[in-house]
Amino acid sequence: MATSPYLPTPAFARWRKFKSNAVTGVLVLCSAAVIAPLFLVLYFLIVHGATSLDWNFFTQLPKPTGEVGGGMANAIVGTMTLLAMASIVGVPIGIFGGIYLAEYGSDGANSWIRFAADVLNGVPSIVWGMVIYLILVVPFKGFSAYAGSVALGLMMVPLVMRTTEEVLVLVPQSYREAALALGVARWKVIMVIVVRTALKGIATGVIVALARIAGETAPLLFTDLGNNFWNHNLKEPIAALPLQIYNYAISPYDDWHRQAWAGALVLMALILALNITVRVLSRDRQKST
Amino acid sequence: MTDSPQPSNPLPAPGSQGPDIAFKWAAAFAAATIIALIILVGWELYAGSRLALAKFGASFLWSTEWDPVTDKYGALPFIFGTLVSSLLALLIAVPLGVATALFLTELAPQKLRQPIVMAIEMLAAVPSVIFGLWGIFVLIPWLRDHLFVWLKHYLGFLPLFQGPIYGVSMLAAGITVAIMILPIITSISREILRSVPNLQREAAYALGATRWEVLKIAVLSYARRGLFGAAILGLGRALGETMAVTMVIGNRPQIAASLFAPGYTLASVIANEFTEATTDLYLNSLFELGLVLLAVTILVNVAAQIMLKSMTGGSPIKVN
Repeated sequence: MATSPYLPTPAFARWRKFKSNAVTGVLVLCSAAVIAPLFLVLYFLIVHGATSLDWNFFTQLPKPTGEVGGGMANAIVGTMTLLAMASIVGVPIGIFGGIYLAEYGSDGANSWIRFAADVLNGVPSIVWGMVIYLILVVPFKGFSAYAGSVALGLMMVPLVMRTTEEVLVLVPQSYREAALALGVARWKVIMVIVVRTALKGIATGVIVALARIAGETAPLLFTDLGNNFWNHNLKEPIAALPLQIYNYAISPYDDWHRQAWAGALVLMALILALNITVRVLSRDRQKST
Repeated sequence: MTDSPQPSNPLPAPGSQGPDIAFKWAAAFAAATIIALIILVGWELYAGSRLALAKFGASFLWSTEWDPVTDKYGALPFIFGTLVSSLLALLIAVPLGVATALFLTELAPQKLRQPIVMAIEMLAAVPSVIFGLWGIFVLIPWLRDHLFVWLKHYLGFLPLFQGPIYGVSMLAAGITVAIMILPIITSISREILRSVPNLQREAAYALGATRWEVLKIAVLSYARRGLFGAAILGLGRALGETMAVTMVIGNRPQIAASLFAPGYTLASVIANEFTEATTDLYLNSLFELGLVLLAVTILVNVAAQIMLKSMTGGSPIKVN
């Protein structure tokens, strides 16, 4: 049998095989390189953070410049306050916007609103800080917890809106038709049947958004500013963990660096807790459907 | 009809229509807020930068001088820093991200996929300020004492790797941002690769292609445009990245050929100098930097969305 000039030589076949295996190896290495930073970050967070965490960190105020000791009790409470207030701003707008997209909007209007939400999602967080500075800091003559939480809250809106829309669309149309056929008003159908059915999904979206903004620093720089003391007046600046971590990290004091690591560990733990909640909630949802 | 996602022509409910109408308007109002917010953001930045716009005009974009003492402002060093650090980040993150996505969709054993995807999601959850802290105390000392020395030794003939090594530098910023945009590039690439029809792969295998040849001729070439969109989306993230960059780039408004030299980006100069801006013109110039940043990120994001949509045939890719 005559050998065709088109048949590959065995050497060429081996080369192709070798190339294929080499690429497989490279892909494995690349994947390892992608997840390595996560472990490096977590490792140093735990090593530096855990040794710096003490009881004082959770109970005391920051000490004046240069003094050793103190903690970030005010920043932990401040971050919680900011998150709660940001939710008050962002969650209703997000959920109602999602309801509009899923239940009312025409295709044309929806595509514009979705497009706008994607654009807003891409606005750099520092830009939100500048905008809120002009709207809420300049007119009211001062940095405030209100301004900081509005900046964070508005950043939540696109995310909450899109997830709400996604879960509402999953509610079977027959639920709506059955309720409407019984003579239930449309808004009650939406609130009591549709939203209720999708509640877990909506909650998941809200927590995802919270986890996203919990570590945001840039939008707080010129809106909330931060505070080294307890603050019970929301018209005044309030302490926040990310701001405190930033200020301590770029300071020249060793003890502040130590506390920055401790703060970072607490912040990371908070964000991971939110993410785990999301995971548990969405696992339940997958089971029930 | 029972499972159509959009309620088409709903039955009018009997009884009072008042609450129904109010509810519908509340929902429409919330949805309109999104569009109003975009206009608001653009308008406020424009209003905030009016003085600088009037004084410097277009020359603001290519003037290299940034001197608060003489009240002269130009954006070029910051535009340069933003572009260079973002492009460096892309150069590192796109190959790694696409390779990981390929590994996850085409090669990885089922058991490995979920843990890797979870790790990447966790990486995405790490806040910028924590990357910055890690950058200052872990990454930069290592770069200064090892990688940069090595690069200078072996690649020092290139202008890119010359000059004194401080640690804080354009390259440090590029690497930090690369780590931060890896998750989004990987997860979008993964979605894109998963949308490649299996028929493509089977056809290539049937022709006797090896695994790599299948990836090259059937998967990558099919997904090219979508992967490009994923990279552009990563670029959009990189351009606006603020805290981590501010902490590792060295914050010096200069245009240097060396990647070891400190730089400055649009976002980080705003973060550093906003509360210190003493004159109106200074503050206005910072707002104009913000306006430039906003315009560029919106353009980049819209371009990415269009590319991704054309890839998936209209259905939007979820971007978190």
